[in-house]
Amino acid sequence: MMSMANEPGRGGAGRGGASSAVDPAAFEAAAAAVEAALAAGARYADARLVDRRHESMTARDGDVRSLSQTTSVGLGVRALVGSSWGFAALGDPAGDADARRTGARATAIAQASAAVPGPPMELVAVPAVQADWASECLEDPFTVPLAEKGDLLTGVTATMRAAGVAVAEALHQAWDTRTAFVSSEGARIGQHVRETGAGMHCLTVGDGETQRRSYPAFRGQYGTRGWELVRELDLPGHADRIAAECQELLTAPACPAGETTLLLGGEQMSLQIHESVGHAIELDRILGWEAAFAGTSWLDLSQLGSLRFGSELMNITIDPTIPGALGSFGYDDEGTPATARDAVRNGTWVGVLAGRDSAALAGLGYAGSVRADGYARLPMVRMTNVGLEPGPHTLEEMIAATDDGVLMEHNRSWSIDDRRLNFQFGCEIGWEVRNGRKGRMLKNPSYTGIGPRFWSSLDMLAGRAPGEWRAWGTPNCGKGQPGQVGHTGHGAAPARFSGVRVGVRG
Amino acid sequence: MPSPDSLLDDLAGAVLGEVRRQAGADAAATVRAERSTLALTRFADSAIHQNVADEQVTLHLQLTVDGGRTATAATTRSRPDAVADLVAATLAAARLRPRDPSWPGLGEPAPLTSAGSPDEATAAASPADRAAGVAAFVAAAGGLSTAGFVQTAALSTVLADTAGRHLRGATTSAICDGIARLSGADGVARSMSARLADLDCAALGARAGAKARAGVDAVPVDPGSYPVVLEPAAVTDLVGGLVSGQFNGKAVVDGTSGLRLGEQQFDPAVTLTDDPAAGVGLPFDTEGTPTARTELVRDGVPVGLTTDRRTAAALDRAPSGHASDVSTTWGPVAGDPVLSPGSGGSVTDLVAGLERGLLVSDLWYTRVVEARRSVWTGLTRNGVWLVEDGQLVAPVSTLRFTQSYLEALAPGAVVVGSEVDPQPYRLMGPMGYNRVAVPALRLAAWNITGNAAG
Repeated sequence: MMSMANEPGRGGAGRGGASSAVDPAAFEAAAAAVEAALAAGARYADARLVDRRHESMTARDGDVRSLSQTTSVGLGVRALVGSSWGFAALGDPAGDADARRTGARATAIAQASAAVPGPPMELVAVPAVQADWASECLEDPFTVPLAEKGDLLTGVTATMRAAGVAVAEALHQAWDTRTAFVSSEGARIGQHVRETGAGMHCLTVGDGETQRRSYPAFRGQYGTRGWELVRELDLPGHADRIAAECQELLTAPACPAGETTLLLGGEQMSLQIHESVGHAIELDRILGWEAAFAGTSWLDLSQLGSLRFGSELMNITIDPTIPGALGSFGYDDEGTPATARDAVRNGTWVGVLAGRDSAALAGLGYAGSVRADGYARLPMVRMTNVGLEPGPHTLEEMIAATDDGVLMEHNRSWSIDDRRLNFQFGCEIGWEVRNGRKGRMLKNPSYTGIGPRFWSSLDMLAGRAPGEWRAWGTPNCGKGQPGQVGHTGHGAAPARFSGVRVGVRG
Repeated sequence: MPSPDSLLDDLAGAVLGEVRRQAGADAAATVRAERSTLALTRFADSAIHQNVADEQVTLHLQLTVDGGRTATAATTRSRPDAVADLVAATLAAARLRPRDPSWPGLGEPAPLTSAGSPDEATAAASPADRAAGVAAFVAAAGGLSTAGFVQTAALSTVLADTAGRHLRGATTSAICDGIARLSGADGVARSMSARLADLDCAALGARAGAKARAGVDAVPVDPGSYPVVLEPAAVTDLVGGLVSGQFNGKAVVDGTSGLRLGEQQFDPAVTLTDDPAAGVGLPFDTEGTPTARTELVRDGVPVGLTTDRRTAAALDRAPSGHASDVSTTWGPVAGDPVLSPGSGGSVTDLVAGLERGLLVSDLWYTRVVEARRSVWTGLTRNGVWLVEDGQLVAPVSTLRFTQSYLEALAPGAVVVGSEVDPQPYRLMGPMGYNRVAVPALRLAAWNITGNAAG
């Protein structure tokens, strides 16, 4: 039984462990880069020396299929000249000279940016913190024997194959990231974050169709935790069930098309929040900075504090302080301390994900949501933990209160427009809900809608029963050019929506 | 750069030497030493707001012991102690793995068709060069708000293995990609080449500006099946979906591909190849298999697949040279697809042949709904127009579609344009973007399943 529920947190930075164990030499390199950037003409600079280790193991049909370990060490420097930014990165700087060269290069790039300048820019103030922070980790994933990991993954894939599925795959990943951050304003922050996760899925192939079942989520469940998270998932305890469901889906009736009451499981709710709320409240999108690629947002800053985003049950927080959630940290990659704040309160839009420059441009007084994918990528506005607070109901009550509807679980596909309004999601599995009871299984369930209309139809929200609310981890959030993969968290519980169009087909 | 790099040769040799020292003569190893530089200048609201450059050397090692115990590792550390650490960690991991009975072994040495076609000027492009491209795009948009990026990238690789291969390759790429914006309407223009000098950023800015001006005051249309003309940016998504989900050897092995090899599955006007030499690909894949032009569809008949050594063995084929760092997970995918031009003429000519339908500039956020039928859902972006009697009659607001990409190209359903327009597209390429060379298409039916109203 999975018992990984994280409690919603409302604290500040420093709730993790005490020491980051970042190498003092890393701070020296970052400081040298900042000095060089200023000497070359920058009015502000910061630098991150990032040492990151990643391990990934996959198994398929009873055999370990891949085992990959990567280490990535390098220096990334931001420099601000006038209103123009420059960013330069170098892998494995050999010493002071390499660090200084990278800092000066960042300033030179900023000076080139000034050839096509933007409006005057300031940065919202943050305290010049000198601190250490580490995420909590009870069992270091890199000390767990590879043989034990392999046994786990091969075992569950063998179980699923033996149960008759066509393909069974399982995956574990872990990251260990140590960051030394130095800014020209005097910040000096060491941070050590460990992230771990695992999952499994199986496929069945029928006449012209494939069906898929996953556990505990599409691509697994992840958190800023250690191997204890994987143990709590209890993959072996769920292998037979998802294999059986995957086969049953081949002969299940298709999800009917039409408008109905929709009940969503917590994992699907986490992606619904991610796509239709989390990205929509990114301030860089709202300001048009992502117009050509990730897109913009339907939200207009002039309506911050008054716009009706959803029903009264909709309370969304931006909270990087939730212990163990995948989007948690002590300080973001601009050195802003982790702080919880509201994004949507009682259905009204009240907050955004912001960085120091975007917040200043928007006339806001807070930042704290700027993150980078490793040393070689520019820190940018990203989700942290953007989640829905638990509701007053239980899933059991929601089903009992539904005369005619569909319950859908586990994401299979997702698509949303560039303003984060028009979405269509497919799920792996559905069930009829008739006269207050969960009925027969449905295959190929899907639903579509328009963000604020959909959220306004939220009429029941679970979270009262133990384990219904969880901080789900999304380890694959893409954004930015060059591309960056972000790790985000989303507190979510099962929810019910009225009048939703389901069963969309091609 | 990007001539053969002695540092990379030395690093590759050092890793193999360390493998022999630590793992013995029976170990099988493939090492890649890569030097990459990536510089990207982004603009929004007609100003440069992000401007980045990074350079790194990365060592990749795949090590197999006992005839089938394999582990892979990579590191950006390249000093001598890091080389020994890399081999030690990989060896420790490999020894803990069970023997993989389907380990395909190392490849046989084979001649390369080229050493790649890097452009030195592109590799040496400065921030000022990229800013000049941005300035040209912005100016040519005629005062409209603009956003986009100019990127230059270079990659040099040395691959060596314990079977005696020692291969060198290099490539470069350049992209200009942007939109112009006017009153809620966006127009797009983008292009990609191995050479920065091939890109005409001013022409792209002018094209994007004209598209935006033509897109103002868009109106909704009802869902339903429409004949469409897809411009090259939209065709790129269709081709990308097919090469990643249908011609991918892993998809065939898994049973998630609906391809019918040898049958007239597509219109005879459709001919699709993968051609690294014409694009921005390297002359060999991550397993050392030479890359070459691969026929995927000839005159509407699927004739080829993309494979790495594992999927090739499973399918009883020769590997096609499409292994990548992620092909174990996502399968081997064409990196430089080319849809051959047809006889349909320009976009204007294709539109002239529509009695009533839609002209679609670009597709966005496309995701698979049903794998075997290749049913995708997604949205239009950067401009849609209603066409009546061969003329654009009104811009149309964003539409959702849910459409089988396989069935969209069915016999009798396709007219292929005559002008190939290379587009950037993400297909897991080592430099972030791949080059997809496609003409516009006119398709008999495209299933619109929603509009801005839901």
